Amino acid sequence: MIWANWSDFFAMGGYALYVWGAYAVCLALMLAEPLLARRQRRQALLAAHQPSMEDRQP
Amino acid sequence: MSTPIRWFTFAAPSRFYWLVGKLNPWLWAIALALTAAGLYIGFFVAPTDATQGDAYRIIFIHVPAAWMSMVLYLAMAFWAAMGWMFNARMASLLARALAPTGAMFTFLALWTGAFWGKPTWGTWWVWDARLTSELILLFLYLGFIALQSAIDDVVRGDKAGAVLAIVGAVNVPIIYFSVRWWNTLHQGASISATAAPTMAHTMLLAMLLMTFAFWAYAFAVVFTRAQALALERERDTDWVRALPASR
Repeated sequence: MIWANWSDFFAMGGYALYVWGAYAVCLALMLAEPLLARRQRRQALLAAHQPSMEDRQP
Repeated sequence: MSTPIRWFTFAAPSRFYWLVGKLNPWLWAIALALTAAGLYIGFFVAPTDATQGDAYRIIFIHVPAAWMSMVLYLAMAFWAAMGWMFNARMASLLARALAPTGAMFTFLALWTGAFWGKPTWGTWWVWDARLTSELILLFLYLGFIALQSAIDDVVRGDKAGAVLAIVGAVNVPIIYFSVRWWNTLHQGASISATAAPTMAHTMLLAMLLMTFAFWAYAFAVVFTRAQALALERERDTDWVRALPASR
């Protein structure tokens, strides 16, 4: 085991800001991007099922 | 093995949509499993680096993100060129779907690089060959997205994007070889085809696991976006109307 305890782990040998700053942004973007892509797909599906202008009765 | 898979059938948007629906849960499972394994080895097995301390642990996302930024650009340029040459609309659609993910990985390569550069070089940013050419890659992605979204006509937008993507592909080998061609702060390649890796094998293993995790992630998210684009373009066709409304 490299770390004596959890606070040792989070301290990252004094480089906590740099290591966690890099990982936090990576995690945030890689969570947000799939959610945005799924939302785009869901909205495209909803739009496809809405009656278009020609289908509507006058 | 008497009936070979007819791959060209997946060039039809409806078949592509169906295939992706089958593949994506597996891709996500692979991405999550590889990430868990890669981060465990990277943070709990790989030792602290003798010269860079624990700051080096940024490598497990920095190098995979940088590789993906280049690979996805080449894939984007390839599919854009295919779409242009053969008038294949699914190929052009794939190029459009690749661009945002490539731009995100390029941004991540720059961001994680800055957070690695500050403790090891003493600066967030330098205008050297590797960093500048990677920044140009980000602008190429953003230019591709902006150009295509500015042109309402899909076919014309695909062609204009293809020209930009193909011309910009020159930048990718410049990024890759920049650390050899010019004097730079950036360290040389940790892994190459011609020499043994210059890092501990647990570090290397964690980095490779994260690279494959990012690959699986990129496939899954690009496929999802391609599904959305296919639905948008094909909204008046029977196969789209036959899909269940909630998903």
